[in-house]
Amino acid sequence: MADELKDLKIELSKNGIFTTTLEELYNWGRKNSVWPLTFGLACCAIEMIATTMARYDLARFGAEVFRPSPRQADLIIVSGTVTKKMAPQVVRLYNQMPEPKYVIAMGACAISGGPFRDGYNVLKGIDRYIPVDVHIPGCPPRPEALIHAFMTLQKKIDEQALAGSTRPRHLQKDLPSEFPVPAFGEHGLEPPQNNDVFHEAAGNPLKVIQ
Amino acid sequence: MGHAVHPWLTIVGLLVGAVAFGFTPLALAWLWARVFSPNKPGAEKNATYECGLESKGDSWTGFGASYYIYAIVFLVFDVEAVFLLPFAVAFTGLSLGACLAMLVFLLLLVEGLVWAYGKNVLTWA
Repeated sequence: MADELKDLKIELSKNGIFTTTLEELYNWGRKNSVWPLTFGLACCAIEMIATTMARYDLARFGAEVFRPSPRQADLIIVSGTVTKKMAPQVVRLYNQMPEPKYVIAMGACAISGGPFRDGYNVLKGIDRYIPVDVHIPGCPPRPEALIHAFMTLQKKIDEQALAGSTRPRHLQKDLPSEFPVPAFGEHGLEPPQNNDVFHEAAGNPLKVIQ
Repeated sequence: MGHAVHPWLTIVGLLVGAVAFGFTPLALAWLWARVFSPNKPGAEKNATYECGLESKGDSWTGFGASYYIYAIVFLVFDVEAVFLLPFAVAFTGLSLGACLAMLVFLLLLVEGLVWAYGKNVLTWA
């Protein structure tokens, strides 16, 4: 059915008739006005700042408006090393953002702990506590990589359905908008990960060490 | 043709249009927020924003009343300068009444200065 509609749409557009759906229009608006949170953690943040400046110009994607408050932000770019001391704050900031909200984990540290993975004080990836939409490897990733991640996120937003069982989290009333904030325990953060969010890849050579 | 159109009718029409132009997006946003978007409040989400930290204490804190001294000294020196400059420029053209009024104003300021001097707030720590 969807293919038939798509064919019909193409056929109509050949004859100069533009058709759209509410879903497409809504997602088109959303994906071109993603406002990130003004938030940087380490050296990746410098690349993030460079991305917003004139040379790389993130404004082309409608995302130049970095908001100084989570109340107005749609996207949190976790740019850099998340220390165990910082992790509760990151999760709390994410919790304070209104839905729909998205996360880009930027750089080796944010996705896995990176070169500091074996450090006693470094979180081994922010995806242990909040759901990450796009991971970018690199140390640090170049602005082009962040722009690529951004375009990937835009594609993801564009494909989200407004209704049905596949609709995203923010449209499902029973799913929470908040995630438990980890607390300091005797041996690092407690709990070490949020098992509702974090799923270790099968056969992961980097075993979970807290 | 009936009566001529009232000259203000166009303005009223434009006014209604302008108000509608402003309020329609707001109404649509309100409708969207109320009807279509799921409302998911929470304790964390509604908490005071403190750069990710938990806020402590009450925002209703008192401000030290002792700062009144700075307010008075500021008035004496700053407001005096602001009014003295035009007074000096227009001095030759002023009437006696205006000059007297200005002198009364100066007297009030000097009174404040004398009071501040007597209270020993003009000396450096």
